[in-house]
Amino acid sequence: MHMNTIYILWLRQLKRYFRSRSRMIGSLGQPILFLLALGYGFGPVFQKAGQGNYLEFLAPGVIGMSIIFTAIFSGIEIIWDRQFGFLKETLVAPVSRLNIMIGRTIGGATVATGQGVIVFFIAMIAGFRPVNYYMIPMAFLVMALIALLFTALGTAIASRLEDFQGFQLIMNFLVMPLFFLSGALFPLTGLPKAIAIITRIDPLTYGIDALRGFLISVSYYSMTFDIIILSALTALFLLVGSYLFSKIQI
Amino acid sequence: MNIIEVKNLTKKFDDITAVNGISFDVKKGEIFAFLGPNGAGKSTTIKMLITLLDPTAGSIMVNGYNPEKDSNDVRRSIGIIFQDPSLDDELTAWENLEFHGVLYGVPKKIRRERIEQLLSFVELTDRRDDLVKEFSGGMKRRLEIARGLLHHPKILFLDEPTLGLDPQTRNHMWSYLQDLNSKEGTTIFFTTHYMEEAEKIARRIAIIDHGKIISSGSSEELKKETNSASLEEAFLALTGKTIRDEAAGPQDQMRMRRQAWRR
Repeated sequence: MHMNTIYILWLRQLKRYFRSRSRMIGSLGQPILFLLALGYGFGPVFQKAGQGNYLEFLAPGVIGMSIIFTAIFSGIEIIWDRQFGFLKETLVAPVSRLNIMIGRTIGGATVATGQGVIVFFIAMIAGFRPVNYYMIPMAFLVMALIALLFTALGTAIASRLEDFQGFQLIMNFLVMPLFFLSGALFPLTGLPKAIAIITRIDPLTYGIDALRGFLISVSYYSMTFDIIILSALTALFLLVGSYLFSKIQI
Repeated sequence: MNIIEVKNLTKKFDDITAVNGISFDVKKGEIFAFLGPNGAGKSTTIKMLITLLDPTAGSIMVNGYNPEKDSNDVRRSIGIIFQDPSLDDELTAWENLEFHGVLYGVPKKIRRERIEQLLSFVELTDRRDDLVKEFSGGMKRRLEIARGLLHHPKILFLDEPTLGLDPQTRNHMWSYLQDLNSKEGTTIFFTTHYMEEAEKIARRIAIIDHGKIISSGSSEELKKETNSASLEEAFLALTGKTIRDEAAGPQDQMRMRRQAWRR
């Protein structure tokens, strides 16, 4: 491990994020829209169905959404670096590509976690109230884990992509399904069989389930199980991502 | 002693052979020019030398190491100024240099000193805290040159370093490089389309065309071989007068798209 390398790459991700205001505002606009439109819009129906307060249920899902979008996007940024030449600069440097990948991934995950925390506070303003305030640090930890998992996944995918064309494909056929089929918007109980199976293979399901567990004391699986799955997948994606990243040719 | 040895090096992409069985050596402390028309295989060869691309066949030694197997040892021995931009637009000039210095393990004190020196050398001191995306093409080029000189490698690769630079900056840069070459014994490997530059600066020249080395030697030898008065004539005599096209990579297409998108 080379801490200086990891640090400078982490710092770069943060600087890039804070400097692109349009990205910051854009990535906050979407969760706010979801909270307001869905949270308030579906609230009455949800209540009538005997499921309680929809905003309470939805908030962890929207937090998860903002994290997965930011995280995968951070990973995918490698395509930009490739196109604008900066990737070459990092790839010929005399440091192991594993360190470069780790620095980038932690940087992207930090940004995504921060994003999740901001959305958490926005949800509070919109009326969301966590059940156990002392569990909030645990929820933040789960956010960090989700962020790490999907940044690593984004990096792994982007290492194999040559240009921007693949980006739309990933947004539409990976990120959107991951989000919509994760139980972010609906409870996991009583789903049709096919959908139930898909939610089970969607990593985000476990992230959002754990968030709900810690924030509103409602979870489908046990939180220990969720965290084990998340950790195992994070480790797996980090490994695959590092391998693919180390194989990049320009 | 040879610091670079290339034997029967070949690189094939799906249907084209970009580099076709070339062999050459570069001696330690030499200034070596690698010339050829567009699309001749210069950049592909450099990419293999600097560990960015694995060869299809043949062998390479750079500073005694094999770029494919001991890539980190090779990377520690070299510096490169790329042909196309490779700066981070969202960072400032200073941050780009600092980033490079950290990655190359230049100790903090020396790093800060050299960054100051190099910024004033390329006359960007008063723009040090501006984002690179606000720079003109020439300024970016100068910053890339400063960055390539930051860590004093054993071998410095320069892929068309002077493209788009005014004569003042060009002269300035070459005198700095010649100085570095004589003082620290840095081997310099460069490509250029300015023949007078190669003639004046390079001790030895290799000319590549269609993926093959068609001639090599000092500029005197090349001129004698072709009965030419200048290196430019010798170059044209060897490579012909047809104009070459370079295949546009996804890079170029992307760049255009992004520009359109920003507008």
